[in-house]
Amino acid sequence: MRIPILKLGNYLLISIQVELDDQTALLFQEDLLNKIHQEGSQGIVIDLTSVDMIDSYIAKVIGDVVEMSNLMGAKVVLTGIQPAVAITLVEMGVSLNGVQTALDLEQGLEKLQQELEG
Amino acid sequence: MTTQSSVEIGTEWGIVSARQAGRELSKGLGFSSVDQARITTAISELARNIYLYTKNGVIGLEVVNDGHRQGIIITARDQGPGIENLRDVMVDGYSTSGGLGAGLPGVKRLMDEFDIQSNPGEGTLITTTKWLR
Repeated sequence: MRIPILKLGNYLLISIQVELDDQTALLFQEDLLNKIHQEGSQGIVIDLTSVDMIDSYIAKVIGDVVEMSNLMGAKVVLTGIQPAVAITLVEMGVSLNGVQTALDLEQGLEKLQQELEG
Repeated sequence: MTTQSSVEIGTEWGIVSARQAGRELSKGLGFSSVDQARITTAISELARNIYLYTKNGVIGLEVVNDGHRQGIIITARDQGPGIENLRDVMVDGYSTSGGLGAGLPGVKRLMDEFDIQSNPGEGTLITTTKWLR
């Protein structure tokens, strides 16, 4: 299963709407980095509105992909993290250090715009 | 106590099946969405440990009633190598697999009761409970 990556100008938009198993998560990591390289994208929004559970492994994959994208020179914003997911991540002791977040897709795009232009 | 379901964890697909079973069961019992997330996350961590360290084990899900309240008991049983350093695995950040090391101490915090029994060479049994509030 592949997670679709949409191109919008300089940005890439991803909405994760499937149950994230390990394979899908790792495949997504590679797909996103290749797409950044291909399109020369500067900003990425990963929307997690439909994700109802993030365990420590998936959190690590997401944290890693943000770090990898940063290494390539692209900025990533995670959006739409559900209350239940935020609570469990903190209780688990998983910290996504240095990861930018926003309430929803719209604010995520605004944040990217400010960072890239400001 | 009646056994509701058990899921074999032989492949990583077993991890997904186990947490889906936990999601359905906890939803059916009336757990809040936050508690559903806690329960499914705990199952995911336990199932992943089985998959990573032993390749073969079973996640069991049971509904329990102590006379006052209902709850859900998760068991993670394997015949793997066992854990030599039980104290270490309960410390945040400890990992031998390159993971975040959040697994077992994280599960303990997400759930209400947590018990681990392990002998080197004989496998591991983890039992953890969440009560319906």
